[in-house]
Amino acid sequence: MFAYIIRRALYAVPILIGVNLLTFVLFFVVNTPDDVARMHLGMKRVTPEAIEKWKQEHGYDQPLLYNQEASGIARVTDTIFYGKSIRLFVFDFGSSDAGRDIGEDISQRMWPSLAIALPTLLIGLLVNISFSMLLAFFRGTYLDLSGVMLCVVLMSISGLFYIIGGQYLFSKLLHLVPVSGYEPGMQAWRFILLPVAIGVFSGIGSSSRWYRTIFLEEINRDYVRTARAKGLPEVRLLFRHVLKNAMVPILTGIVVVLPLLFMGSLIMESFFGIPGLGSYTIEAIQTQDFAIVRAMVFLGSVLYILGLLLTDISYTLVDPRIRLS
Amino acid sequence: MIQYVFLWTDALVFVLLVVVLAFAWVARNKEHLRAPWGQVVRSRMAVASLVVLSVYTITGLLDSIHFRKSLPEQEGQQEVQYSGDVLSVLDTLLGPMRAQDEKTYSAPFAAHLYARETVTGPDGEQRRVFPRLKYGGAHLTDPAKQKGADIARRSVTALAEAVAIILLLYGLLGLRLARKWQKPWMTALGIIARGASDVPWRTALLTLAVFVLLIALMINLSAAYHILGTDKVGQDVLYQTIKSIRTGLVIGTLTTLVMLPFAVLLGMMAGYFRGWVDDVIQYLYTTLNSIPGVLLIAAAVLMMQVYMANHPELFETMAERADLRLLFLCLILGITSWTGLCRLLRGETLKLRELDYVQAADAFGVAKSSILVRHLLPNLMHLVMIAVVIDFSGLVLAEAVLSYVGVGVDPTTQSWGNMINRARLEMAREPMVWWSLLAAFSFMFILVLAANLFSDAVRDAFDPRLQAQR
Repeated sequence: MFAYIIRRALYAVPILIGVNLLTFVLFFVVNTPDDVARMHLGMKRVTPEAIEKWKQEHGYDQPLLYNQEASGIARVTDTIFYGKSIRLFVFDFGSSDAGRDIGEDISQRMWPSLAIALPTLLIGLLVNISFSMLLAFFRGTYLDLSGVMLCVVLMSISGLFYIIGGQYLFSKLLHLVPVSGYEPGMQAWRFILLPVAIGVFSGIGSSSRWYRTIFLEEINRDYVRTARAKGLPEVRLLFRHVLKNAMVPILTGIVVVLPLLFMGSLIMESFFGIPGLGSYTIEAIQTQDFAIVRAMVFLGSVLYILGLLLTDISYTLVDPRIRLS
Repeated sequence: MIQYVFLWTDALVFVLLVVVLAFAWVARNKEHLRAPWGQVVRSRMAVASLVVLSVYTITGLLDSIHFRKSLPEQEGQQEVQYSGDVLSVLDTLLGPMRAQDEKTYSAPFAAHLYARETVTGPDGEQRRVFPRLKYGGAHLTDPAKQKGADIARRSVTALAEAVAIILLLYGLLGLRLARKWQKPWMTALGIIARGASDVPWRTALLTLAVFVLLIALMINLSAAYHILGTDKVGQDVLYQTIKSIRTGLVIGTLTTLVMLPFAVLLGMMAGYFRGWVDDVIQYLYTTLNSIPGVLLIAAAVLMMQVYMANHPELFETMAERADLRLLFLCLILGITSWTGLCRLLRGETLKLRELDYVQAADAFGVAKSSILVRHLLPNLMHLVMIAVVIDFSGLVLAEAVLSYVGVGVDPTTQSWGNMINRARLEMAREPMVWWSLLAAFSFMFILVLAANLFSDAVRDAFDPRLQAQR
């Protein structure tokens, strides 16, 4: 088991190198630091000195890959590639273009993100499984048909509508919860309630429909028919046997997103003013802070690869038929 | 005098149209392709959504023929000068809606502005009043009393026109089907009306009737009113929403056009050649896939913005700049979204290549390329088809989110995402300005719902696994 995990983790290394190279090409080769500096300083009164100064202040004043002027090992280390890209591997994100320490920011801002994302995931799972089991129980009836139709309609509504509509209804009309904002500690629940509810609701359409097909696939299996033939009541059959087996694909599908919960949701956080990583990223995109976007791209892919690794492990734990090889 | 303007996305949209028509022409004579499509058009839900999609598509196509009008000729001028405004055929059809700009916000069917203004009366006294609109209800002397009757009168005219058009269409369809079925005209009409035909023509006609009625209402009312109100700079909201249709369709279709070559070619190669080719392709898509989608798109779009800001000389007009940005967005979306389909096709090819007929072709020494094209590709087409229709609705929704994040289409392009983004702050106004949001969301909802329903029908018809279950 341990050897297997190590091997899978090693497999992630070339992928991370690939991601790193890709971001390097995207951020430094497609547009040189000069272009970026010109962009930040505005087009009109840009002098070569101003560009040099901006680059020096933000640490972009080195050659991309190979430093001719330095000597020895410094020829490789005094470059943008080493200074900005290689360091990401040890989670040294450096400072943002606005001068803040990115690593520090991330460690502070991931908790509010988690406070929204984790309840959304768990409550959403509960709601979706209950709803899809209800549909599977009444399969083939008008209740099932209208339920599936409802799912398609819910899927077709833009996520932005749920947020804007929810904010209007619950905050502005009914004054149940604050429109936006966040407060750490126990008082946070008032701010978390609405984003979580909206997050759960907007996910019902697609997830429930997907889970329903998983349940239906399981219900059509032979062992279910045998159990039914033995005279097992339908409800007990559904909860004892079908639910248990259907949880395998559902849960393993969830595991891959677990690490990404730290990243939060871009849209949700910016609408509700939650100081999490999602709104951090969106602010960086809007102010064109490339250092932060680069850091988030790398962090995101690390977390995703971690998710894949966890998925593989969870498969072997849940399903004894899969051998480690 | 007009000068046609060829925008990149226009050209590609028409290329796509030609491809689709050519495919339909080929599929007409191939039983294995005609049968599933025949099943699709027998489903009532699919036919209704197909009509909705066609109405949207025609609107989008009309909006994809662009030209510039010539400016009035001046003394001693040698060449004809063209206006900087790039118009489309749709713009000329929508005529009054495009041109009749008010000063600022006005509610749907309003005759007055939405905000008070200080007006100096004839006696020199200053008062805060809601001023009359320049165009909306301008022909009425006393809007409060006459408006209801005027709207009702115009609506009745529209209804009459719509009924006439639909009856005409019904008659023509009956004539056409009567010849096909070789039955009298009245019998054919009866079959359609009872809904007894194989293809649900009645559903198609009824759905079309709804649209004909809406268009008739729009033509009759938009000359005198702003049906969905006006926005901050006084532009007609209905006009903006209709113009946004093209953007949504372009993103939904051109992205798949970009994605397909990558997904199909690489997926088939990985599955068929295996070995190091497979390793390289798998590595490629795992790496791309491991970067969270929105972030990769955001990073790429940011870089594109820097490039475009540093090379302003590439674009002649604002429209060209906005258009190129739309094209780049499609490219970026395409490059980030081919991985899912590629993996699917690789898996399927791995299965197919072991089948006897492929092995036999290999043993006979058929060239690898023709095995891929002639023997494998046709058997993967159903997966491609399903993926294309499923992706479409997701892409239309994604455009709104990306525009909100600030990495979507150009701010000057009319799109639902931009409308929602602009309208976000209007929610905080007191009293609230709701019509922009509602218009954008409902137009988007109808398109996405139709696309989702249609893709369900296509999947039911093409997926062999689902057929086995039945």
